Amino acid sequence: MTNTWQDIKNANVVLVMGGNAAEAHPCGFKWVIEAKIENKAKLVVVDPRFTRTASVADVYAPIRPGTDIAFLSGVMRYLLENDAIQHAYVKAYTNASLIVKEGFGFEDGLFTGYNEEKRSYDKSSWDYELDEQGYAKSDDTWQHPRCVINLLKQHVARYTPELVSRICGTPQDKYLEICKIFASTAAPDKALTSLFALGWTQHSVGAQNIRAMAMVQLLLGNIGVAGGGMNALRGHSNIQGLTDVGLMSNLLPGYMTIPKDSDVTLDKYLETKQFKPLRPGQTSYWQNYRKFFVSFQKALYGDAAKAENNWAYDWLPKLDVDGYDVLRAFERMDNGQMNGYICQGFNPMQAFPDRGKIRRSLSKLKYLVVIDPLDTETANFWQDYGPQNPSKPAEIQTEVFQLPTTCFAEEEGSLVNSARWLQWHWKAADAPGEAKPDLWIMAGLYHRLKSMYAKDGGAFPAPILNLSWSYADPAEPQPAELAREMNGRALVDIKDDTGAVVLKAGQQLDGFAQLRDDGTTMSGCWIFAGSWTEKGNQMARRDASDPRDAGIAPNWAWAWPANRRILYNRASADLDGKAWNPHKPVIQWNGSKWVGFDVPDYGPTVKPQDGVGPFIMNQEGQGRLFARGLMVEGPFPEHYEPFESPAENVLHPKVKSNPAARVFPNDRKAMGTAQDFPYVGTTYRLTEHFHYWTKHALINAILQPEEFVEIGEALAKEKGIEQGGWVKVSSKRGQVICKAFVTKRIKPLMVDGKPTHVIGCPIHWGFTGVARKGYGANTLTPFVGDANTNTPEFKAFLLNIEKTSAPPAVDVAQGPRDAQGVPKSLTKVGSL
Amino acid sequence: MSYPKGTLVRNSTATRLNHWITGICFVLLTLSGLAMFHPVFFWLSNLFGSGQWMRAVHPWLGVTLMVSFIGLFVQFWRDNLWNRDDTAWAKKLDRVMANDEEHVPPVGRFNAGQKVVFWGMALIIPVLFVTGILIWEVYFGAATSIETQRVAVLIHSMGAIGAILIWITHVYAAIWVKGSMRAMLHGWVTPGWAHRHHRKWFRGLVASGSPGPTPTSTAKFREH
Amino acid sequence: MADLQSQDYIRRSATNLTPPSVRHHELEVAKLIDVSRCIGCKACQSACMEWNNLRPEMEEFHGAYENPHDLNPGTWTLMRFAEYEDEQGNLEWLIRKDGCMHCEDPGCLKACPAPGAIVQYANGIVDFISENCIGCGYCVKGCPFNIPRISAQDHKSYKCTLCSDRVGVGLEPACVKTCPTGAIMFGSKDDMKDWAGERIAELKERGFQNAGLYDPPEVGGTHVMYVLHHADKPSLYSGLPDKPHISALVGAWKGFLKPLALAGLAFAAVSTFVHSIVSGPNETTEEDEEAARREMSGPEMSGRGNSEGKGKS
Repeated sequence: MTNTWQDIKNANVVLVMGGNAAEAHPCGFKWVIEAKIENKAKLVVVDPRFTRTASVADVYAPIRPGTDIAFLSGVMRYLLENDAIQHAYVKAYTNASLIVKEGFGFEDGLFTGYNEEKRSYDKSSWDYELDEQGYAKSDDTWQHPRCVINLLKQHVARYTPELVSRICGTPQDKYLEICKIFASTAAPDKALTSLFALGWTQHSVGAQNIRAMAMVQLLLGNIGVAGGGMNALRGHSNIQGLTDVGLMSNLLPGYMTIPKDSDVTLDKYLETKQFKPLRPGQTSYWQNYRKFFVSFQKALYGDAAKAENNWAYDWLPKLDVDGYDVLRAFERMDNGQMNGYICQGFNPMQAFPDRGKIRRSLSKLKYLVVIDPLDTETANFWQDYGPQNPSKPAEIQTEVFQLPTTCFAEEEGSLVNSARWLQWHWKAADAPGEAKPDLWIMAGLYHRLKSMYAKDGGAFPAPILNLSWSYADPAEPQPAELAREMNGRALVDIKDDTGAVVLKAGQQLDGFAQLRDDGTTMSGCWIFAGSWTEKGNQMARRDASDPRDAGIAPNWAWAWPANRRILYNRASADLDGKAWNPHKPVIQWNGSKWVGFDVPDYGPTVKPQDGVGPFIMNQEGQGRLFARGLMVEGPFPEHYEPFESPAENVLHPKVKSNPAARVFPNDRKAMGTAQDFPYVGTTYRLTEHFHYWTKHALINAILQPEEFVEIGEALAKEKGIEQGGWVKVSSKRGQVICKAFVTKRIKPLMVDGKPTHVIGCPIHWGFTGVARKGYGANTLTPFVGDANTNTPEFKAFLLNIEKTSAPPAVDVAQGPRDAQGVPKSLTKVGSL
Repeated sequence: MSYPKGTLVRNSTATRLNHWITGICFVLLTLSGLAMFHPVFFWLSNLFGSGQWMRAVHPWLGVTLMVSFIGLFVQFWRDNLWNRDDTAWAKKLDRVMANDEEHVPPVGRFNAGQKVVFWGMALIIPVLFVTGILIWEVYFGAATSIETQRVAVLIHSMGAIGAILIWITHVYAAIWVKGSMRAMLHGWVTPGWAHRHHRKWFRGLVASGSPGPTPTSTAKFREH
Repeated sequence: MADLQSQDYIRRSATNLTPPSVRHHELEVAKLIDVSRCIGCKACQSACMEWNNLRPEMEEFHGAYENPHDLNPGTWTLMRFAEYEDEQGNLEWLIRKDGCMHCEDPGCLKACPAPGAIVQYANGIVDFISENCIGCGYCVKGCPFNIPRISAQDHKSYKCTLCSDRVGVGLEPACVKTCPTGAIMFGSKDDMKDWAGERIAELKERGFQNAGLYDPPEVGGTHVMYVLHHADKPSLYSGLPDKPHISALVGAWKGFLKPLALAGLAFAAVSTFVHSIVSGPNETTEEDEEAARREMSGPEMSGRGNSEGKGKS
């Protein structure tokens, strides 16, 4: 989230599109209700289904899964056509005026530079025209045909209301009503907040979905302001923390990136990271990359990271591909290129697409380690649970190690919520049975590896042998120790410009501004610097007071970066530093410095007149309507059909789906066509359950006991399906036999003149836990991800549905069965 | 079963057992029913151990009563068919009440009052049975709509009150008319009792040579 | 619930005596369910299960979001979902938290035959005191909202207690505590009505012309009230009664029939007693025996009673 949960109450319009906030985030949704009641806000919901969010919406419009870009591009067209943009904001705070290189173009669904063989772009033309000093040229009059705003106008001109309706199936009147509501927030004192989640990310164009909305928000002047922003509602209490500390195959903590093969030296690596400003006088925060990086290396390797060895740069792994995302990992497993898998707090058998492929891939492993508080499907993939998991144990040689761990309530630590708050929590109960904290398990693995490397040498022992491991109990580092390490500390006395000691050696850093690139500071995650200072654990703060009900509550826990609650908050004020919305100021210029309830996302004493852009993480300091080369499929979002889609791409039939998305050959063969699978499937969560966890909890199981799909009345009638009756739902990859919920809440959409039926597949049931056994919706889903992030396309694919009878009952009380069909206990699972 | 010499058999052993099973059930049903009907009687639930026990046992007593009553009905219905004598008898009810039976027309085995009791019970007990089933929460609580149950419980209550009123008459009559209790407890009556209260029945016995209880018309004297 | 607050009773089932009401300063409470803010997340349902230690049977999916499919002895509150399309074809998903309404004039209490099995506290909460419950099911018949459910295990009746145990110690009901959107509010009935008024005004501004408060006067008002967008048609909300009232049949049963029957029985009993005193017993006299003997000794008689002192039936 750029903003906070509480800040939603400041919105005039709440848009829930690409998510289902009421069902997936019921607690945070209170702020939407608050906005409606206290701020007379309008709630707009755009979703393929009439969800529980829609049930409290002022306006609801249906949309075909996977067509959000068409919808949002149409909105941009509407805003530009009707001049419903916040001019001063767009002109000063976005790159609308910057001039794009000659040679950039877009034709028949492709931007310039496409290489069909590699399915990727040469992005050199996707950039600004630079002047002699290396600054981007601009035209504040917007007369230049290649200034961003004009290119954008041209790009979205095709998305007329008729076309949007033709692609999305959204009735035109509803669509235009929503456009009008969007437009109402172009006023400087009005804000729209965008609440989204996996409904936008889980597409082959996921990142561009979000970009499209971010562009709408920039045009409306809704970024950085109270009640505005792009607010990704994270689906897990700490999934924000996961990305923050870099638990991605291509990331280091604090959104630094893992070096590539081509980054042969530290300098080569830093060359592309330390962004130079693209506008005169602009702050570009990534200029400090080296400080963050060196401090990270000091945290990782301690004294072993020295200037002489380039801060141990060579000990870092180097990527030979863009990333080892989960799709690639399982593709390699399937191909026999990956033989062991450590699966910590993750349940691929339920969470990754094409369950058949996942099961097959796991079956090819030599060993699988599952570290989880629950008895997951992944840990049991090899067992025969009947139709819901038809494995043949006799044919599977994978050795499975199940290491039970503590769950969140059985350990202390911090969780990072959607609003980037690091909230410390305390242990509430001891773990049951043999469960151990993850830290204990990881330390155990580390020490064993280290002693093996020490004893046997090996190809490259240095990265393991030199790891810094200074914890009171090396066998079990404590969360508090790690938290202090992530914050970072001074390694020598740190002096300011006058020579006065700011920090003594060993003292905790106050913030990332104190980081040095000379090895005198260390910080495990630079964005967390400030979370555990000499004043103590800032994450444990529990002062809920919120001056003037601004929705900031600055003394509750701690938000990264620098306890800043609203990102880009400089943009909440006009060019003179006065709040766009005088009733809801975030920060304002008082003549000598920026003041307000929030921490300025800006130089605290930088004068407004200096013209430094508010988006200080960007080289140009401006919000990007034109993304330059940062997105793989283009600097502007473009509508591409999902990889499995019943419709042609009416914009450019030859380029139907995302041209830059990676599809493995076998997976392409496993894609169905509308002829065999005429209906659009989409997966989602229900409020009664949390992913695949709560089916292990009795109360949740009582509240939603059994797998089902939702279909509209028209489709049910067509297929003779009764309310609550059994259906067989199939894709080219597999089938699910479950109950049908026939509802008025899903209606056929008129897509390009054809009625298109949507089948909704909630995801929560599997073959372990206390709820009734289910096949899992991922049995059906295609093995393709977003072109930028490889987040699987769970939200739009093709299905067929038939009436059927109940699957053969398996006496689940007896647990899994062996090859002879004899029930057997779980005791054969190995343990370390 | 032995009867004193010179007496007439008013009720056979089987009949008496049947009657008293019915009677005891009826009394227990009345006690438990009243306890559930009106708070002033709730203390009667203690006779059953507790309110729960009372609630549990009441319907089973009802089923028992129903079955038992069918036995009585089969035995008695023919003798309870209304005839001209009953009408004549009923017209002299004031004399009956005044114990002045010399001026009351003779009747057969049962007089009009007894027949009213019989037919009253024969009508109400099945109604109580059926409505009782409908409101038997444990087994049939979900079988019918709540509205049906409301009708049933109202009819059940009203029927029960009617039955209890009849029962009071019945019991009082047995106490009032001396010798009646013995007739149902031990089975026999004196010829004088029969002559006084059920002269036609008496004469029928005399005519057939039977010690009783004979059908009013055709029964033959049997050896015993 | 346990009978911890007997000094606060204002009504007690099957009890004719005036209940104690030593404490006079009980404020009438109410739970206000604002369906326009409710997102149907069922947090209330799980909080209810948690607080009251209820674990109803896990059912099957049966073609609705309601789970379990109905109230039951372990489900004291249930989210009900109604898909409603108006004449213009606009879809609304009307979600309502169902459960005991805590009527001012409770039909269950009226119908209950077991003294003290159902009580009403001065704050308006209608509570089932389980140890006094006999499981007859009369409360089911008395309730205008179809709420109480009899357990097949222990044969006692169960329903929402409005967390009388929590309220008694100054806490809000568990469902109120847990409701993430503030759709369930709790406080004095007056405050709740005031708040409802604000909500209704806001809903009217948003175009719900028939928004209103559901506090049905037919049962004397309720201590669980709804803010409805369509207060003119409560039955749209999964059959919330438009005009709930204690059934006339129950009224007759628990109204006139009780005194009438009592009077009838008393009259019958007294009449017999009076008759006994006035007329005395009707005894068979020696004359009757003589007359009988005369008739029996007639020549035509061959059998005369039990000749051998033995009779067989």
